[in-house]
Amino acid sequence: MKPGEVKKLDHPTDLNGEQLIKNLAGGNLGDVMVVGGGVSGIQASLDLAAVGFKVYLVDRAPAIGGHMAQLDKTFPTNDCSM
Amino acid sequence: MEGETGNFKVKLRKKPRYVREDKCTGCNTCTEYCPVQYPDEFNQDISNNKAIHIYYSQAIPLITYIDENCLYLKEEKCRICEAVCQNEAIDFNQTEEIMEISVGAVILAPGYEEFDPKIRADFGAGRYDNVITSMDYERLTDSTGPYEGQILRPSDLKPPQKVAWIQCVGSRQVNPPGANSYCSSVCCTYTQKQVILTKEHDPETECTVFHNDIRSFGKDFERFFQRAEELPDVRFIRSYVSVTGKDPETENVIIKYTTPEEGVKEEEFDLVILSVGLNPPPDVEGLAKKFGLELNDHGFCKTNPVNPMETSRPGFYVSGAFQGPLEIPETVVTASGAGSQCGELLSYRKGDLSVERVYPPEKDVSLEEPRIGVFVCHCGANIGRVVNVPSTVDYALTLPNVVYAQEQLFSCATNSAEEITEMIKEKDLNRVIVAACSPRTLEMLFRDTLREAGLNQYYYEMANIREHCSWVHPRQKDEANQKAKDIIRMAVARTHHLEPLMEIKLPVDKKALVVGGGVAGMTCALSIAEQGHQVYLVERETELGGTARQVYETLEGLNVQAFLSDLIKKVYRHPLIHVYTGAEITGTAGYIGNFTTKIQSTRGNTEVKHGATVIATGADVYTPTEYLYGEDDRVMTHLELEEKIATEDEMIAGAETIVMIQCVGCRNEDRNYCSRICCNESVKNALQLKEKNPERDVYILFRDMRTYGYNEDYYREAAGKGVVFIRYEPEQEPQLEPAEEEGRPVIKVTLPDYVLQKNIELDADVIALAAAVIPSAGTREVENLFKVGLNPDGFFKEAHVKLRPLEFSAEGVYLCGIAHYPKMISETISQAYGAAGRVLALLSNDIITASGAICEVDKNKCVTCGACIDACAYGAIEFEETDEAGLKAAVNPVLCKGDGLCNAVCPTGAIQLKHFTDEELLSQIDAVVPEEEVAETKETAV
Repeated sequence: MKPGEVKKLDHPTDLNGEQLIKNLAGGNLGDVMVVGGGVSGIQASLDLAAVGFKVYLVDRAPAIGGHMAQLDKTFPTNDCSM
Repeated sequence: MEGETGNFKVKLRKKPRYVREDKCTGCNTCTEYCPVQYPDEFNQDISNNKAIHIYYSQAIPLITYIDENCLYLKEEKCRICEAVCQNEAIDFNQTEEIMEISVGAVILAPGYEEFDPKIRADFGAGRYDNVITSMDYERLTDSTGPYEGQILRPSDLKPPQKVAWIQCVGSRQVNPPGANSYCSSVCCTYTQKQVILTKEHDPETECTVFHNDIRSFGKDFERFFQRAEELPDVRFIRSYVSVTGKDPETENVIIKYTTPEEGVKEEEFDLVILSVGLNPPPDVEGLAKKFGLELNDHGFCKTNPVNPMETSRPGFYVSGAFQGPLEIPETVVTASGAGSQCGELLSYRKGDLSVERVYPPEKDVSLEEPRIGVFVCHCGANIGRVVNVPSTVDYALTLPNVVYAQEQLFSCATNSAEEITEMIKEKDLNRVIVAACSPRTLEMLFRDTLREAGLNQYYYEMANIREHCSWVHPRQKDEANQKAKDIIRMAVARTHHLEPLMEIKLPVDKKALVVGGGVAGMTCALSIAEQGHQVYLVERETELGGTARQVYETLEGLNVQAFLSDLIKKVYRHPLIHVYTGAEITGTAGYIGNFTTKIQSTRGNTEVKHGATVIATGADVYTPTEYLYGEDDRVMTHLELEEKIATEDEMIAGAETIVMIQCVGCRNEDRNYCSRICCNESVKNALQLKEKNPERDVYILFRDMRTYGYNEDYYREAAGKGVVFIRYEPEQEPQLEPAEEEGRPVIKVTLPDYVLQKNIELDADVIALAAAVIPSAGTREVENLFKVGLNPDGFFKEAHVKLRPLEFSAEGVYLCGIAHYPKMISETISQAYGAAGRVLALLSNDIITASGAICEVDKNKCVTCGACIDACAYGAIEFEETDEAGLKAAVNPVLCKGDGLCNAVCPTGAIQLKHFTDEELLSQIDAVVPEEEVAETKETAV
């Protein structure tokens, strides 16, 4: 395949029973999807995982951190933002 | 995106990174060789980056990606990165993947986008080089920024000596279109932060902030503003401004502004920073359409006014700035709150998809001769470019009992960590040292590699050759290399004395205690109970409701009393909530997961056991001693006015002139904070007074109008409806005097008008004082009972102002509502859900683990002086009766946090901190300074 070409993954319902179960247990079944990996999305994901939920954290950027990662320090303590 | 609550199907498009995540170690070699340079978006396009690079220096994952500027992706040329990567991590065959996932609920946290001042060419943005945005400046001051923390202005890359900030860029503006009517809430304080940082960089820099109201409405913000304002050569000037041009030679920017003393002025600045506001996230409409959500008038997510995390679609929750401009702690609060609501929804399937970690059984190696393994990390180039890593590996092998040593590119990479586990087994190691970075972030990970190999995790030691060496001595390579060896030698010396320690496993009592039955306490209790946990809700008064009982309507028009009675009903009806009213807590003991509390209430005396405690004890309203309050019944507080408006009191109905005075009892020496809610409360009352009778005169005498966020719209509405806002300074407070005006008894209010530059007089029928919100009367009691801290203003102090706003440093104790700081009802509700989320993160565990690195008393050496008991901040040490020696100090291992303060004060050395014993620490000191050297130094000294 060439760069940019879209590879489609099989839809779970296309699979036979056995594969479906495997897919659900290990694969793409989750409890919560969190859209956005800034400080808020990260905290929500951490809390949910601590409670015992499986979380998909989705971000548009190649790394999580969001705007807070771009900040130098934070008020009113001037702690390092990272 | 399709489906419904509990079962959404989501299609995700995963973009190719063209770099294999399992193979890339983030060594950055590819980035060095990549020939394509283009502006780095992360650094606000100020500096360049390469087409293959790591997103930012501390990114997670810390691996490279290739973006659309790549020559190969554009023109099928180059592929140098592929050739230089030793790990074969580059993979141009990667394609976009469509993934389909099923989830029960969705949390939306897409954040915000900074306002782009170039759109309207505001204040010379895009026209003058030396006009930049506050986010640009944020990158400039950052040590990982474009000039490694040097502040250089764009036109000539020289440090600016005279810097100006212009506030409210893109905020609080309705004309011309393109900007936002709301207040972005964060800009005043981030500007003050930037001023302080600028002065720290170079104390000579002159800083000027042009603003219209300083909105220091958050916890500790007022003091922060004072800290910025009191710095030398810092000016805060209240004035609208325009950027009128630049000096063609120096490229300095000219700002025109007005002061009451000097009139219109023009002044030149080296650098102008636009304090830009917060816009909805990029492509917000597409996002809303995709997920079937409604947006509000400002383009942010439309949320339920009594539940700011609830969207228009069931199963979808908002976290963070997607609900509107928020500062960091509030986004963290809403994150935990949204999490708690997902928990309520999906409680039935909790834990079904989680997998328990299983470790191999631990080997007993305590009697074996130490067999030490040393792993030295390059940390990409972070250590490797300064320290000669191979030479440190050779050196380590010469040290006593070191049987194995190797280098690693990134010890923290998953495959490297697995390699450590494998080598422990293969070389039969029983002590492990990783020479890399600070233990603060990664010690947990490396301890885990030992557990995976069946070793006690306390046999692990970290040698910090990055923060303590390569980062601080980048230009003295030889000395740094020697220092790295010294640090490794110290680690080896200490490792000889390490002992295996057991961690303590504690059962968790699954019930919660909520102290305070106001909106915060009740909301929190309900959310916890909805997730299957019993809650004891304790209220001092005989009725539930708290401060909200005095509030009738919110600015958004919510009927508070109806909401409150509904909430109270829900609480009483919930089978898992046990309500105690007229209650007093007479004692509490225990620790995280296991508390016991005694309650005296209308139901008699009870003792309850609980795993978590929530403090939601609310606040009080200041009783004014100024402005004739209590002497003249025409003078009342803002809450009393609200009640009289709601109950259609005759005096209010007939009043022709109403004067409101802001900041009564706070923002002064006694209470150096802003009560946050009062500007909004007065605007609300003013709007209602005008609605009932548009002909009457309403005046609001203020110092700074702090109608932050969307509330700015109501401020504008009030001004539009003829409410008159007059600013006063604390040095010249309004003077009140009962008088008679044309036969009408009035209270005469006199104050200077800074715009008209003369005194004005108002004849008021009613005076409403915006009285401060003050810590509740029971605060000290709660502080002592639960061993929690207070801030300088007497409000409860959270564990971390930004990242842990919902809990105390005392573990297992959480915080919400106005006991934390004054706030709106909607903000209280956010925090209540947030605290519930944090409580659930604890109560969902069957057991919790306490560290093994704690203090222990040698009873034979203890002289019962009690010095350790005074030193311990956690109340972990008490005297205990022993059989043979009488009263001796004893450490409660669960409460001990291992800070070692008691060690330092013990006169006989009876207390030792395990894992940091005198023997372990002294061995390190002996290793760094050999005895011969000490002897020599002594001789020289003689």
